[in-house]
Order: sequence, then C-alpha cells, then structure tokens
Amino acid sequence: MKKLKKMEGNQFLLAITIILFFVMYIIGMIVFGEKGFSKTQVFLNLFISNAGLIVIATSMTIVLITGGIDISVGSVVAMTCMILAYMMENKGVGAVPAVLFVLFIGLVFGLVQGFLVAYMKIQPFIVTLAGMFFARGMTAIISTDMISIKNETFLSWAQAKMYFPIGGYVNKKGIIVNPYIYPSVLIALIVLVIIFIMLKYTKFGRSIYAIGGNEQSALLMGLNVRRTKLKVYILNGFLAAFGGFLFCLNTCSGFVEQAKGFEMEAIASAVIGGTLLTGGVGNVFGSLFGVLIKGTIETFINFQGTLSSWWTKITIAALLAFFIILQSVFAKAKEKKK
Amino acid sequence: MKRKVLSVLLSAAMAATLMTGCGQATSEPAPAATEEAAPAEEAAPAEEAAPAEEAAAEGDLIVVGYAQVGAESDWRTANTESFKTEFVEANGYKLIFDDAQQKQENQIKAIRSFIQQEVDYIVLAPVVETGWDTVLQEAKEAGIPVILSDRMVDVADDSLYECWVGGNFVKEGEDAAGWLSEYLTTQGRADEAINIVTLQGTIGASAQVGRTEGFASKMADTWTMLDMQTGEFTQSKGQEVMESFLKQYPDIDVVVAENDNMAFGAIDAIKAAGKTCGPEGDVIVISFDAVKAAFESMIAGDMNVTVECNPLHGPRVSEIIQTLEGGGTVDKVMYVDEGVFPAETAADIIGERAY
Repeated sequence: MKKLKKMEGNQFLLAITIILFFVMYIIGMIVFGEKGFSKTQVFLNLFISNAGLIVIATSMTIVLITGGIDISVGSVVAMTCMILAYMMENKGVGAVPAVLFVLFIGLVFGLVQGFLVAYMKIQPFIVTLAGMFFARGMTAIISTDMISIKNETFLSWAQAKMYFPIGGYVNKKGIIVNPYIYPSVLIALIVLVIIFIMLKYTKFGRSIYAIGGNEQSALLMGLNVRRTKLKVYILNGFLAAFGGFLFCLNTCSGFVEQAKGFEMEAIASAVIGGTLLTGGVGNVFGSLFGVLIKGTIETFINFQGTLSSWWTKITIAALLAFFIILQSVFAKAKEKKK
Repeated sequence: MKRKVLSVLLSAAMAATLMTGCGQATSEPAPAATEEAAPAEEAAPAEEAAPAEEAAAEGDLIVVGYAQVGAESDWRTANTESFKTEFVEANGYKLIFDDAQQKQENQIKAIRSFIQQEVDYIVLAPVVETGWDTVLQEAKEAGIPVILSDRMVDVADDSLYECWVGGNFVKEGEDAAGWLSEYLTTQGRADEAINIVTLQGTIGASAQVGRTEGFASKMADTWTMLDMQTGEFTQSKGQEVMESFLKQYPDIDVVVAENDNMAFGAIDAIKAAGKTCGPEGDVIVISFDAVKAAFESMIAGDMNVTVECNPLHGPRVSEIIQTLEGGGTVDKVMYVDEGVFPAETAADIIGERAY
C-alpha cells in the first residue's frame, strides 16, 4: 500500500505529460485542421523526424535516473554520421560493416566515459563535457567536408517506406498519399520498449533506480554501484551511436556542424517526461512524450507560417520551468509525509 | 486533506500552463495574420475584400513554403525580406516561412510539414548540400515542385528539384575584370603594366571558385596577378593577408577582395602601410557582395567598385512559379540579375539598398 502511494506522484507527473501532449495535439487539430494538421501523416512525421532523438532521449533517461548526465551525445551523433559517411563514401566500406563499426565505437566511447565516472569518481558533467569536445573534434579531424551518403544499401534502408493501408488522402494534385513510416521509426520504438522492460523487470534495471534514489543505501544493500554505473554508461554510449545511426538515416550526410545541441533536446525531453535530474525517478515513455511534445510545438510553428521558429525554444523553456516547479513541489510534499 | 488541496492547485497550474503554453503558439498568430493581411488589402485597390470573399480567394492563392537557412547574416536577412515582400496576397501568394536555425534536420522537418499542408511550391535554401534525397523524394511523390535558392543540393537524381536560383559567381568575376579594364582605359592607363593581388574567399566555397575563375578569364595581357591568398571571407584575415602582400610586393596597383569584409580589412592594411586607396589613391580596391557598408566605404573614398551578389531572389522565384503555373518549363539553373556599382554611383544608390 505504501509503495503504491509512493509511485502515485511519479505516475502523476507522467500522466500530466501525456495529457499535455494530447491536449496540445487536439488544439492543433482544431486550429490548423483546415491546413491538414489532422492528417495521420502529420502525427507519423513526429516519429519519422525524431526517431534518432527518441533513442537518444531514452538512453539519456537511464543516465539521468542514476543521477548522472551525458552531454556528449550530440557530438557522438555527429561523429557517428561522419564515420558512416566517410567509411561508405570515401573508403568504400559496405553499409553493414560501417554500422557495426560505429556501434562498436559507441561502446568503447561509453566504456571510457563510464570508467572515468564510476571508477575514477569524476563528475559525469565534466567527463561527458570532455567527451563532447573530443567527439566533435574527431568529427572535424575525419573530414571537414560535407559528405553525402550515396551507398545504395544505406539509402534503401533510409528510403524504404512502410505504408499503412488506411488513412490515406487525395492531395490537391490528385495523387493518393497513404500514410507511411520509415523502418527507423519501428526500430526506435522497439529500442524504447526493450529499455522499458529492462528498467522495470530486470535486476540491472532496478539497481539503476536504487542507485539513483540513494547511492549510499544502494551500496549498503550490497549492490555493486560502480559496476552498474559502468554498465549504464556503456549502454548509453552504444545507444548514442545507435541513435546517431537512426539520425543519419534521416539526414543521410555527415558534416561537422550536425546535431548541435542535440544533447540538450534529449535532456529537455526527459525532464518534460517526468525524469528527475537528481536521479531515482524517470520513465522512458515519459521521455517519448517529451520528444513528441517538442515535435508538436515545432509543427505548430511551421503550420502557423509567420511566427519565428525560435518560439519553439521559448515554449520549451516555459514547459521545462513548469515541470521543474511541479517536480520540486512533489519532492517537498514527499518530504513532509516522511 | 493537504494532498487534496495540493492536487487541486496543481491541476489549476496545469490548466494555466496549457493556456499559456499553447496559447503562445495558437492564439497569438491571429493578430499577426490580420496585421499582415491589412496592408495587402490596401495594396489591392478597389477590390472589396469581404471576409466571405477572402475565404474564397484563399483557395486561389498560390501557397509557397520557404525553408530558409536562418538569419546568420545581413545577406540572409535581405534574402528573407525579399521573399516576404514578394510573396504577399496582393501578388496572389501565401507564404509559409520556416527558419531552420542553421540546422538541416529542422529543414527536413519543415519540408515534411509543407508536404502535409499541401503547399503548391517548396522553396529550399539548403543549410548544407548533402542528404536531401529522401525528403525531396517525398515532395516529388506528393507532386510538389521544389525550387532551390542560393545553394545547390547534392542529389543523385536531379529531377528531384525543379530548378536552382542564385548568383552567377563566374559572371561576377568577369564583371569585375570588365570594370577594371574600362576604368583603366578612362584613366589612360590601358597600356600600363598593372600588378594585381587577390584576397580569396574560403577555398572551395562556390563564391571563391567562381569569382577567381571569372576574373582570371578576363585578365588583360598587361595585367600581372602577383599573388592570391585566402582571407577566409573575414575582415581580420583579409587585413592580415593584405599586410603581408604589402610587405612582399612594393608595387601593387589593384587589390581584388572576393567579398566586402575582406576589402574593409585590406583598406585598413593599406592605410596602416602609409598608402592610399580608392579613386583618388594609389591602390584600386575591387570588391564583391555590395553590402550597405561597402557603399559607405565608397562614399568615404576608400573603395573603387563592388560587384553585387544579389540576395533578392524573391522576384526571380516568383517569375519561375508564374512560368510553371502557365504550363511552361524553366532551365535547371536560373541566375538573378546582378549589378556593378562603382564609387561614383554610390551616393545615389545607397538609399535604395535593402541590405
């Protein structure tokens, strides 16, 4: 009974996020209905354009639950895209080995960061700040050119549309357009579900929450805190590279300036989704809705047509402030009960 | 009990944020839209724009989605303004403008959103040249023509875009050389040996390649190109390179700066070296871009000429759209008109410069 009540607050945060998303979306459908906001494809585009971010936000959530942070992911995404583009276009490597290679690089990157955080006890912020500079720098070292990916296998993954049989419409030019997604969307959602199950039903997942909740008591409970943290950062490095791969399927190119500020979008999505920066609380589905809310705001601004796109940032800032205040109110309420 | 009060408060707070959070995006546009519509109505004289008719007219408007790079420079801002003033209701257009904040992924999202809004045309000023195959394919499948502005895209299939609109950098270079040869003739120096140095732009940039090539192709026999070095399009680097040129070569007659900023730097370097430049000075300064500050510099007597890199693509794109609407076809490469502005005309023209 006690446990149930404790969960309530966190569930409530998640519920708010989900409700907020649907309310926003419905408002969009009412206001921009004539312009086509209510089309199925508009909804699916939220996933298509943000497949990479969904994976990155998911992995960010895990790190945040441990009480850590990873601001290197944006640079890792850029590096991933660059390595993929460089290997396939300039070195003639096949698509499959290239992807496997970047995933391996992601693992190694995570291993190094994880070792520094878990065993050398260095602040995650500093470690990943160094990682951020390193990955961005490496991207420029590999090539300062813009490289377009023309590898046929890779493009066939990127362009393989999966059509839905229903929900199509005839556009102004008389062309029937059925709603579709790309494989990247499906992959991103599968990753999300796997991570959700891992966090909820495995020992590893529960230790992550325990460490984030209170590292000292987790240690006293006999959990191997350092090893768990190391594993989290390795997983995070891998997922960052994997998210980078999905991002690359969307942009099909590598260049130095890519995915700048991506880490902050991931953190914002997680926080809007109810993850506490102090650790111990978070839900990957919340982060998914955080991403969708961001996407919806962007769609709003685009459909509106004359408003500066910087309003997206301002709205996100307002939402972040709202959720952070909400979280601290909950934290205070919890303390009082104790 | 406390919990209950708290939850009520929270719900209220939530509702309030919903109002403000979404209100920003939804309710605010309304006044903005009417504001914009108002001058448009005024511009269309004698036509009664009753609300009902307006709605009907909405269907006749050509809807154009413009995915712009951002607002990183005066040139870019002037480019945006040119679209915003050209694509108005009075001209039969409705413009949906999207600022990508220099991010390719934002442009991809914007194009997808344009497709869903069933715009008639998409204009894209790509942030980068790479990675456009997928989303342009989506536009093509939806039957929406894409017009590129300013920068090219690197796609395997060039039927993915209708045409490209932009400046002709080679011609700008040729125009600069043409101006120099005329100027020297009027000065009676046509047979004199002329020593030239060039401050190149960032190596590999299309403006650098085109301008260098264009100028080189029109070099007269009596001219000597002493040296070319990159000033990376910046004022400080332009100054630095010019300083080293001045030390190395005692007799420089002409400096060609491949953009205005480098020319400003070069002028500083020339003055610091105790020489003079401009129409009355020792060194002839030729520049490109024709930003407003270049006109000020010409009026001050420091710069001789600037060759325009016209950002006003709006009218040209509008022409292309009208041709396509009439069932015509357009060339894949469409240049905008660009002028040459010598110092003597600067005072007259500066007032009309939009950027």
